[in-house]
Amino acid sequence: MSTVETVETRVEGRARDGVIGTSPVRPDGIAKVQGSFAFSSDLSAEGCLWGATLRSPHPYARIVRIDAGPAWRISGVEAVITADDVPGRLTYGLISQDQPVFASGHVRYVGEPVAAVAADHPETCRRALAAIVVEYEVLDPLLDPEVAVAGTRDPIHPDGNVLRHQRIICGDVDATGPIVVEGTYEIGMQDQAFLGLEAALAIPDPGGGGVELHIATQWLHEDRKQIAACLGLPETHVRLVLGGVGGAFGAREDISLQVHTCLLALRLSRPVRMQYSRAESFLGHVHRHPATVWMRHHATDDGVIVKVEARYVFDGGAYASTSSAVLLNAITHTQGPYRCPNAVVDGWAVRTNHLPCGAMRGFGVVQACFAHESQLDRLAEASGLDPVEVRLRNAIHTGDVLITGQVLESVAPVARCIRETAELPLPDEPIGGHDRDVMRLPGGAGRTADTGHIRRGIGWGVAMKNLMYSEGFDDYSTARCRLADGRATIKFATAEVGQGFVTIAAQIARTILGVDDVAIDVIDTAIGSAGSTSASRQTWMSGGAVDAACRAARERLFEHVGSVHGVDPLRLAIDGIDVVDTFPESGGPALRVPVAEASAGIDIDETVEYRHRPTEDLDENGQGNCHVAFAFVAHRAVVDVDPDLGLIKVIQVATAQDVGRALNPLSVLGQIEGGIAQGLGLAVMEEIIQIDGRIRNASFTDYLLPTMLDMPPVVATLVEEPDPQAPLGAKGVGEPPCISVTPAIVAAIRDALRQVDGVGKPLTRVPVRPADIAL
Amino acid sequence: MNEQYTLHVNGVDRAVTDAWLGENLLYVLRERLGLLAAKGACEQGECGSCSVLVDDRLVCSCLVLAASAVGRRIVTVEGLAERGAPSDVQQAFVDTGAVQCGFCTPGLIVAAHALLDRSPDPSDLEIREELSGNVCRCTGYGRIIEAVQRVAVARRETPQEPS
Repeated sequence: MSTVETVETRVEGRARDGVIGTSPVRPDGIAKVQGSFAFSSDLSAEGCLWGATLRSPHPYARIVRIDAGPAWRISGVEAVITADDVPGRLTYGLISQDQPVFASGHVRYVGEPVAAVAADHPETCRRALAAIVVEYEVLDPLLDPEVAVAGTRDPIHPDGNVLRHQRIICGDVDATGPIVVEGTYEIGMQDQAFLGLEAALAIPDPGGGGVELHIATQWLHEDRKQIAACLGLPETHVRLVLGGVGGAFGAREDISLQVHTCLLALRLSRPVRMQYSRAESFLGHVHRHPATVWMRHHATDDGVIVKVEARYVFDGGAYASTSSAVLLNAITHTQGPYRCPNAVVDGWAVRTNHLPCGAMRGFGVVQACFAHESQLDRLAEASGLDPVEVRLRNAIHTGDVLITGQVLESVAPVARCIRETAELPLPDEPIGGHDRDVMRLPGGAGRTADTGHIRRGIGWGVAMKNLMYSEGFDDYSTARCRLADGRATIKFATAEVGQGFVTIAAQIARTILGVDDVAIDVIDTAIGSAGSTSASRQTWMSGGAVDAACRAARERLFEHVGSVHGVDPLRLAIDGIDVVDTFPESGGPALRVPVAEASAGIDIDETVEYRHRPTEDLDENGQGNCHVAFAFVAHRAVVDVDPDLGLIKVIQVATAQDVGRALNPLSVLGQIEGGIAQGLGLAVMEEIIQIDGRIRNASFTDYLLPTMLDMPPVVATLVEEPDPQAPLGAKGVGEPPCISVTPAIVAAIRDALRQVDGVGKPLTRVPVRPADIAL
Repeated sequence: MNEQYTLHVNGVDRAVTDAWLGENLLYVLRERLGLLAAKGACEQGECGSCSVLVDDRLVCSCLVLAASAVGRRIVTVEGLAERGAPSDVQQAFVDTGAVQCGFCTPGLIVAAHALLDRSPDPSDLEIREELSGNVCRCTGYGRIIEAVQRVAVARRETPQEPS
């Protein structure tokens, strides 16, 4: 079933090609299929050197001395730099600046940068790194987050071992009900695993007074702020240009090689390019937090939630990154998309000597959702309801009060998402398929499965996800619209990471301005900030900015047309590709001028900042209007399980997602399918394994990603109820798809195992491993 | 680093000069010949982003020593476009929404061409098996499968020479 066809039918050809609601192709699509699109790793410059990074082999150690002399003596080595060579601020960070550009004094995780080199060839760089002598005094690492919570261990960082502790107290803390269900859930560390490895090209200004950095990032201006501080340069002397981004998913929110590349280039007055290997990438960016979540739900006999209690421990790793915001997201989504009048929640994000963790698609809500959805299934069983009924019975509605005291103002079609998912067809093929091809069985090419033992389970997951940044952050996006001679040129600093903002920006301009010819300008810091491409926020925020800039330009156009034709500009509107007079005087011919003609010879230029409504911090009891808006989604998974060998195959995922309004239905479907693949990965295969603080699977051989054989068909429905608070009625769609599909798949495995012996297994940990099923 | 040899890429002999023999085909294509379409993403032959054809065989160029490809016909995604126009597979990827970030795309395009040239009417399972060596992190593969199926149908309706 294709959602896209149904949505395209809905517009019934009334819409002009390329406007909002249609699915024009990506403007960068042809370049990408022909291989001419320049990713950041494709960039080079005359006389360019290669940079590379030396990293700590220890999770926790004191640096006794560094001797770079042997590296300098290698032919082709041009620079070796350490913390001593950082001219500005020695540390950086998104929320608190606690992470060193290069370690000095202590290293706090395996992979922490200690030095960097520049040389004529990547192989020379490798030899130079191997030649640098670093003497360490190895220290006892802090690896158990509960020890950090307990406060029984000396701080491993001057800022302490607790990154954030926040509680939520709501309603009657003693409330209870006849049904009480509880569980403790674990979520493993997931990697974003974008394909385009970290890469940058730094070109120093002649004279060394500034630098231009071509970089794959999610937020050019935040990068610039942090880079300039570390370089000791004014921000105006640091220019960033978006290098082609090969996926992001949160892993490019934090600085990685930006400062190192610029330092080397400025030191040498030569262009320097750096790119990470895959093994290095696992060390070089933050990951999804591993977490332990305890939850207890109290409910009435008929399965209505009375109270939720929860305790979260998030392992933030060695540095703060966005841990405090991730924790806020988790605890404020404890209730999930369900009414809940009473709550007692305690959340900790702590520092350890593990890999640093921060943003990944879903941002804390993934961990909360696996717990609350597993709990909802326990509640269903305890109250004798099926998984759909218990969720419908508790579904939240617009106007309900959240456990933070915030009134849910967003359109909240939770029950509709659940019902529309339930109406989607289940797979009609039997276990193994009509053709009985063993490749369709769990284990696939291993040909291990005994078809007679395979069980098919069905599971559900429903999620609520906040959109945009929270807790009082002054969030805005900037866009510029120029209109001349029938052509609109749109400029913004919005990071295009693959999601397709460049496509919808042009759609918005065509719709608002009535032009077909829309150019997207270079994405760089020559305009104000667009904020980050994260938190499902760019459709709303930068879409809102582009919409506002185009509307401002349109007002100017109407003023011009009005003065030329002697018509009050307030009577003018865009109809298709024409400016029209909406109140023609009786008898007279209605004014109708093509925009191309009306804008001939003029040059309109408007820049607008769009802001969402303000939010506020939580108080000490976790009360406050901390979030801007929410989106909702339901998932139903069908999974075949081989209980003997613990192998699984996901057969189908059905979903209905609250999208507000689909500006580009094909792009929305791409986000849905792609997000489901990542949620599937977390459910059954993706986990960074660290033993004694050392990553053991830093490769695509050992860190497993879903392939085309792992990914089932997706049947999807877009639930379109335009949100009046959203500038275009459209909600962000990037994160919800990856959130509740994970618990849905695990629930389906539980359902299958229950069929084997009537009991099944609790499966309280993701990813679910074969041994969790079979042993 | 003073080895010299010639590679036959996309129908043209190209001289590689001042090379180090340890360089793999991906590095030489990108850094010495300026053919940037093939991408490096795992260096282990797991993700398929660097897929090219060597004597019509689909290989991960990160696993092939460049010097071992002397005397062989190498085709990269740059060699699939006909006089600058996208191939049917390339156009279908754009039209179906099979491209998001695009980093896996050149490798997938080469792999899809190889699949369709060998098996003009692949089943869903065959597509999944044959392209399972190409990892995509953005799309969830649904639109990619649709692109391949769309080309298979179009080629049946309008028979043409294999590209």
